[in-house]
Amino acid sequence: MFAVSLIAFALITAPPGDYLTSFAATLAQSGDVVDEARLDALRERYGFDQPFIVQYFRWIGGVLQGDFGISFEWQQPVGQLIWERMALSVTLALATLMFTWALALPIGIYSAVRKYSIGDYVATTIGFIGLATPNFLFALVLMYVAVVYFGSDVSGLFSEGYQDAPWSWAKFGDLLSHIWIPVIILGTSATASLVRIMRANLLDELYRPYVTTARAKGLSEWRLILKYPVRIAINPFISTIGWAFPQLISGAVITAFVLSLPTSGPLMLQALLAQDMYLAGAFILLLCCLSIVGMLVSDILLALIDPRIRFQ
Amino acid sequence: MDSTAPSTMPRGAPIPNTRDHDNKGRDTTVLEIRNLSTEFVTKRGAFRAVDDVSLELHAGKTLCVVGESGSGKSVMSRSILQIVDPPGRVAAGQVLLHRHRTARDAGIEDTVDLLQLSPTSKAIRNLRGRDIAMIFQEPMSSLSPVHRIGDQVGEAIRLHERVSKKEMRERTLELLRKVEIPNPGKAIDQFPFEFSGGMRQRAMIAMALACNPTVLIADEPTTALDVTIQAEILDLIRSIQDESDMAVLFITHDMGVVAEIADEIAVMRYGKVVETGDVYDIFEAPQHPYTQRLLNSVKELDQPSERRLAMRQARPVGAPCLVSDGVTKVFGAGKNWRGREARGLLAVDRADLELRKGENLGIVGESGSGKTTLGRCLQRVYDVTAGHVLYTAEDGRELDLAPMTENQLAGPWRDIRTVFQDPFSSLNPRMTIGQIIAEPLVVAGKLTAPEIRDRVFELLELVGLPDTAYMRYPHAFSGGQRQRVSIARAIAPNPRIIIADEATSALDVSLRTQILDLLLDLQERLDLSFILISHDIAVIRYFCDRIAVMYRGRIVEAGDTEEVCRNPAHDYTRSLLSAVPVADPRMRGQKQRVRYTETT
Repeated sequence: MFAVSLIAFALITAPPGDYLTSFAATLAQSGDVVDEARLDALRERYGFDQPFIVQYFRWIGGVLQGDFGISFEWQQPVGQLIWERMALSVTLALATLMFTWALALPIGIYSAVRKYSIGDYVATTIGFIGLATPNFLFALVLMYVAVVYFGSDVSGLFSEGYQDAPWSWAKFGDLLSHIWIPVIILGTSATASLVRIMRANLLDELYRPYVTTARAKGLSEWRLILKYPVRIAINPFISTIGWAFPQLISGAVITAFVLSLPTSGPLMLQALLAQDMYLAGAFILLLCCLSIVGMLVSDILLALIDPRIRFQ
Repeated sequence: MDSTAPSTMPRGAPIPNTRDHDNKGRDTTVLEIRNLSTEFVTKRGAFRAVDDVSLELHAGKTLCVVGESGSGKSVMSRSILQIVDPPGRVAAGQVLLHRHRTARDAGIEDTVDLLQLSPTSKAIRNLRGRDIAMIFQEPMSSLSPVHRIGDQVGEAIRLHERVSKKEMRERTLELLRKVEIPNPGKAIDQFPFEFSGGMRQRAMIAMALACNPTVLIADEPTTALDVTIQAEILDLIRSIQDESDMAVLFITHDMGVVAEIADEIAVMRYGKVVETGDVYDIFEAPQHPYTQRLLNSVKELDQPSERRLAMRQARPVGAPCLVSDGVTKVFGAGKNWRGREARGLLAVDRADLELRKGENLGIVGESGSGKTTLGRCLQRVYDVTAGHVLYTAEDGRELDLAPMTENQLAGPWRDIRTVFQDPFSSLNPRMTIGQIIAEPLVVAGKLTAPEIRDRVFELLELVGLPDTAYMRYPHAFSGGQRQRVSIARAIAPNPRIIIADEATSALDVSLRTQILDLLLDLQERLDLSFILISHDIAVIRYFCDRIAVMYRGRIVEAGDTEEVCRNPAHDYTRSLLSAVPVADPRMRGQKQRVRYTETT
């Protein structure tokens, strides 16, 4: 965790210049006179003239107390700014993960058990199309379909009336009616790849001796497959949690732009462009922590499901 | 046998049978296989793995099906319950289960033709595991690694009988006790990987016995086990059979096991049954030439090769050329990341051994005894933790291989070569036979390309393979031929010592003597010395002049092979020898088995 925070801070301070340089550049562009003395004063106030390690400890000290600093660009505390977006991002990520699993697991099992059947070929074809289509393109197509055929409002996660409304069941319902489009878009390629992984893994397990043993016991075919080979082939599913989290949060930037989702992706991109270091730093730190937590959760789940891992 | 029986018979119809009767005049045939054929359908047509097989099983008797790999015996046994993996399918025949002739369902006439039932139907599922149960070869992979032993055994009970969870657990404990698993209360909640091979096989047997089956099909149940454990498992199956009057169909390739347990024998070859009969009749007067050959190659093994004795007369054994002086190997020792001392696994413990020039030395032991590790230490593929490996080079210099670096070892590695156990995985499937054999020569870099080519052809001839093999890939060859390729690769750089690690274990009996004779032939021509590592005493007796017995990393006994085999000095050697099944049914029950328990 410490190493992660150090690297995150090093990353955000790494580009030459600081927020004030780009601030000055913007001012100069718009024709304002830049007052060097004012900039220096600001620089001193934010501690930009201090050595790296001092800056780091100031920052991390704040973070530990829940203070992520103040965004230069928005002139608001970073914590406030990030919080809601992060929550929405995580919700979206979880929903997508659920969607992926709910779809990939049965399809994968079906494709493996009925190998080379029509159903398998259909699933495989759709899977490859899903893998090959870029998310943003798929997003545009789906938006078009949704607007033209279903007449639903597709941009953002909330209808206008609920945008700034406090949380309520109605707002939650509104969220549900909006979230399915990004979930499908973000989940498709992951589903496709998971179906392939599940199919390959299960095919490896289906003809193992222990499956024959179970069959010789008199177990029915579907119960047998679900109880034995699937149980072992499911490991990669659990492992996906680890990488799915950070990927969904950072990788969905383009989709989030296209759909104008109020998630963290677009904000982070903006923060990085503007060298808004406290905001960007907070994002990077959170992303890293999420990956670590994700990995931890998936490792714990793996150990729960597979006793061989537990006992080593 | 009865080849005119109609292939479709209505289920439940009475089937006339007047052949076998027990002493009360009752017919004891419980399972009848009539004209069974099983095919594997491929794009190039159907291949008949089982071809018109007819067999009978009697209550309380054991029928052994013998045959070499690929003879269709395993597929036959799976066809009975219709659990052949695709693309295999039962093509024709009948499998009649006479349920009324068993102790349980005595009385009402009740005969089922299993092949008339759909493979996924409830009817056949009810018979699987209840009336007919199976045990498989690989105790490692035949149990699910992620389910507890108790769950897997108990499942068999709950599938066929309505019992509460509590009752199921009690019955499972009872079963585990019956198959002599120590501490069943703890074992029931353990996972298969916490068990040894023998214990897993016991658990498999417990699972098979869960519903007191009428017929037990055991598909090579002891092949993957050590001889001492094999003897225990065979005893166990026997005693259970005596108790419950169960009919056993036992599949094996080991004539020793057959002699030990069979009442009747069926010999299979290329999917057909070539001979059936009483165990004594077949062992004493085999009719079919294949059975005769099979029995001959078994009898041939288990005694010293005459060829070898003659060779030793002509050229006596010379001075020691590879000496292991207190070689010790510890795996995984050292400090772990918290600085705590890890004790590691002591695989080889102060092994003293010498290989003399022109001699064959056998290292025998059970799995995990450290024999392979010792072999690798002697070749210095593994680092040696302590001790010396003294190698006398061709020019008479004595080198200690133990402290050498990889660069210094290049020379000795050309002189000491290995032949591995599994001819299927030790050859790269993407290289031609020519490339495989040439590889050590290319690595040595002393010969030009045309010279290497000529040498490879010479080697192919030496090991008895045709020139046409040069351009072909390993998959085109059988196990025995592949092992010849491995041997050709080993002798390519003109070595002086060959370490053959279980080089014949993966081969059928009739091939074993061929390969061993080939090695003897090469020894005569090329002046080689061999170390043969094996768990099979018969092979060692045939091939080796001296023997070293390993137990838990230590060499417990070493000496002249015949001397050790006839008058074993150490208790462990005695127990090992007494566990080896003798391929003579008349010896059954006469031999006293000694169990060895280490006193520490």
